[in-house]
Amino acid sequence: MTHTLSSTASSSPAPRAYLSRRYRLSASHRLHTDAFSAEENRVAYGKCNNPHGHGHNYTIEVTLGGPVNPLTGMVCDLVALDAFAREHLLDRFDHQNLNTLPEFRSSVSTTENFTREVYRIFSAFPHAQLSRVRIEETSNNSFEYSGPDSNRKAEGI
Amino acid sequence: MVLLTRKAEFSSAHYYWNDAWSSEENQRVFGRCANRNGHGHNYTLEVTVAGDVDPITGFVVDLKQLKDILEREVIQVYDHRHLNLEVPEFATRIPTTENIAVSIWERLDGKIPNAKLQRVRVYEMPDLFADYYGER
Repeated sequence: MTHTLSSTASSSPAPRAYLSRRYRLSASHRLHTDAFSAEENRVAYGKCNNPHGHGHNYTIEVTLGGPVNPLTGMVCDLVALDAFAREHLLDRFDHQNLNTLPEFRSSVSTTENFTREVYRIFSAFPHAQLSRVRIEETSNNSFEYSGPDSNRKAEGI
Repeated sequence: MVLLTRKAEFSSAHYYWNDAWSSEENQRVFGRCANRNGHGHNYTLEVTVAGDVDPITGFVVDLKQLKDILEREVIQVYDHRHLNLEVPEFATRIPTTENIAVSIWERLDGKIPNAKLQRVRVYEMPDLFADYYGER
């Protein structure tokens, strides 16, 4: 069966879709801020303030949005996205202690802050527009960030 | 307004190929997905509809009715089929996850009584999925 693709079949604008990819990494952290006393840290962070740290298997879901390219049927090249994630996410954070990394030198290594950092990283992905980053810290806790001006997206509209 | 999501699964074969390109170009862009013998996935479909809760039934939509619509419009057409060869929209559209989401939207839009289609999400694998909200 032969076919031609719809780049010539329709003059309506390309549908805009969102592609999401999940990556997994394992890292340790400790929730602690120098702005609080030792006692205040214990109250604020509970067992997450354990001086020796603890760890998680993080699931990081990155969502990119854009027109579906009529030639490829894709929002973005998955191979390019995976290579970007390998270099800028997995090679930097997997099997690390987050508190020792420069990204968390001046902010607490909460998953809220980690989510914002991953959003900052993927904002630089050159082939599609970042829409949202969602991180599951455990199967019970997840965090989402859609950038500074995106209440609309956060509501899933 | 309340959002309601129904899941369904289908298993299909596909490959990625653009006839306007040479074989080498298809291999370069699509890699293993360009194997003309096809490969397959267990897809998971999530259809989200939005509507007001009926004060008498307490439903946004009758889930059985929604299940039957998904079955008739999507599952019977896609499940255990070769998408490129047996599903008409993919004669002119590469069956990527994005295009499957768009195509399912087009199949369902306007067919669900008393509710508005809100989102179509298609998982090709647990770690890869596409969302379509009807935007152009």
